[in-house]
Amino acid sequence: MILLDRVSKTYSKSGKPSLDRISLHVEPKEFVIVVGQSGAGKTTLMRLLTREEKQTSGKIIVGGIDYDKLKDKEIPILRRKIGVVFQDFKLLPDKNVFENIAFALEIVGVSNSEIRNTVPKVLDIVNLTGKESNMPLELSGGERQRVAIARAIVRQPKILIADEPTGNLDPKHAWDVIKILEKINRYGTTVLLTTHNQEIVNKLKRRVVTVKEGKIVSDRAHASYKI
Amino acid sequence: MSGKRKLITFWRVIRNGAVNFIRNISLAIAAMAIMVVTLTIVLFSWIVNSTFTHTINQITGKIDISVYLNDNVNQAQTGKLLKEIKSLSNVASVQYLSKSQVLAQYEQQNASNKQLIEAVSETNNPLPATIIIKPINLNDLESIKNFLDQPKITGLESAPTSYSGQEKEAIDRITHATNVLREIGFIAVIVFAIVSVLIIFNTIQMAIFNRRDEIHIMRLLGAGTAYIRGPFIVESIIYGVLAALISILIINSAFQASSGTLQASSLGLLDINYANTFFTNHFLTLLTAQVGIGMVIGAVSSFIATRRYLKFKIR
Ligand SMILES: Nc1ncnc2c1ncn2[C@@H]1O[C@H](COP(=O)(O)OP(=O)(O)OP(=O)(O)O)[C@@H](O)[C@H]1O
Ligand SMILES: [Mg+2]
Repeated sequence: MILLDRVSKTYSKSGKPSLDRISLHVEPKEFVIVVGQSGAGKTTLMRLLTREEKQTSGKIIVGGIDYDKLKDKEIPILRRKIGVVFQDFKLLPDKNVFENIAFALEIVGVSNSEIRNTVPKVLDIVNLTGKESNMPLELSGGERQRVAIARAIVRQPKILIADEPTGNLDPKHAWDVIKILEKINRYGTTVLLTTHNQEIVNKLKRRVVTVKEGKIVSDRAHASYKI
Repeated sequence: MSGKRKLITFWRVIRNGAVNFIRNISLAIAAMAIMVVTLTIVLFSWIVNSTFTHTINQITGKIDISVYLNDNVNQAQTGKLLKEIKSLSNVASVQYLSKSQVLAQYEQQNASNKQLIEAVSETNNPLPATIIIKPINLNDLESIKNFLDQPKITGLESAPTSYSGQEKEAIDRITHATNVLREIGFIAVIVFAIVSVLIIFNTIQMAIFNRRDEIHIMRLLGAGTAYIRGPFIVESIIYGVLAALISILIINSAFQASSGTLQASSLGLLDINYANTFFTNHFLTLLTAQVGIGMVIGAVSSFIATRRYLKFKIR
C-alpha cells in the first residue's frame, strides 16, 4: 500500500536532510505508529506521502501510484485517496463543524443530499453529534482534533495519515481518539499514526517505526517504546 | 468524475463565486465602479458614433452631381459617357434622365404653378437630358470633377456641371467631429479597459490573499484547480455583468433626462432624437454587447490573476 525506497528530503539546499534514505513498506489494512522526538522528521514523512512536498531523492509508491510519474494535475486525485489529520488540524475558522466536514465532500462533487446523509454518520463515529453548528473556536482541543479526524475519514479513504492526533490531549481524550483510529482500521483503512505519547504506543501493541534525526532506527511489530 | 458530480461541482463553483462576491463587496465596489465608467464610455462612444454616421449618411444621400447634356449628344455618346462615369472609383450610382423624363419631373415638381408648366411642352422642351451622379465619398469629389472637366466631356454639356455642394461644409464639420470623437472614444475605451483589468486583477489578488489559508486547505484536501479558481473567475464576471447593467441604466436615464428637460431634437451636431431611437431600437444588442464586454474584461483579468497565484507550489 505504501512503499518508500531510500527516500531523502532536504528542505534547503545547504541544510542537513530532514529525512535520510528512509525505506518503509506498509501493507494494506496495517496500523503503523511512527514515533520519534520533535524534529525527527515525522511530519516531513507525512508531507511527502500527500505530495505537499517532493522528495529530494528515492522512490515513493502509494496505492500503485509512482510519485515520480505523478503530474501536477493528478495530485488532487492522489490526495482524495488519502485522509489526513494534520498536526495543526487545518480547520476553516469561519465554517462550523458540519461545514468543515462537508467541505471535504463538496470539493469532490458529492451531492448535498449525500452530504446531509454522510456527515452525521462520521460525527457519530467521532462522538460529536450535537456540535454540528459550533465554530472551531468554540470547541475544545480534543473536539477540534475529532473534527479533523471526521473530515479525514468522511471520504472513506484507503489510507489515513494522522499526524499527532493526540497532541495536547489528556490521557482519557487521547485514548478516545486512538479508539476511533482503531475502529477505522478495523473497517479496512490503512492507518499511519505519528505520536510522542509513550503510553499510547505501549497500550496499542502495534508495529512501531522509530525515526531519529531523519533515519529509521528501528521497525518492530507489537513493540513498546521508550523515549 | 462522473457527469453528475461535474454538474454539482459546476454549480458549487458558481455559488461559491457569488458568495465570495458578497463577502468581498467592499473590494468589489471599486472594481465595479471603474468597470461602469469603462462600459459607459464604450456605450456612449458607440451611440454617438452611430448617430454621426447616420447624420452624415443622411446629408450625403442628398448630395449629387448633375451633368447637363446638350441636345446634340447621341445615344452612343451617352452610353459611352455613362460607362466611363460608372467606372470611376468614387461613384456610388449613375442615373440617366432623358429630356422627356426631366420634363416629367419638372411638371411634377411644379404641378401647382400653371404658368411654369405652360411654358414648356413635349415639342418645346428646353430642359436638357441629365446625368445624376451620387458620389461615395464626399471628401473626394476632385477625382469626379477632374474627369468631368476634360474638354471632351465639357463639349457634350449644355450647361456647367452642378455640384450641390452647399451642404459640403456641414458634412466636413460633422465628419471632422466624428473622427475626433472616434479617436477620443477609442483611446478612452482602451485606457479605461486597461485600468479596469488592472483593478480587477488587483481585487482578485487581494481576494486570493485573504483566502490563502482556505485555498491551502482546499489544495491539501484534493480540490482541483478549476474548483479553486472557478469562483474567483465567476466573482469577477459578476462585476462585469453588474457594471454593464449599471452603465446601461446610466445611459438610459441620461436620455430620459435630456428628452424631458431639453426638449431639443438636436444638441449642436448631435441628433439626440436619433441617438435615443438608436438606443431603443438596438437595446438588446447594446445590452448583450455591454454584458459581453464586461464579462470578458472580468474573466480575462481574474484568469490572469489566478493563474499566477493558484499554481501548485511543491518543492
Ligand atoms: N518547511 C520547512 N523548511 C525547512 N525545514 C523544515 C521545514 N519543515 C520541517 N523542517 C525541518 O525538518 C526537520 C523535521 O521536521 P518535522 O516537522 O518533520 O519534524 P517532526 O518529527 O514532525 O517534529 P514534531 O514532533 O515536533 O512535529 C526539522 O529539523 C525541521 O526544522
Ligand atoms: Mg510533526
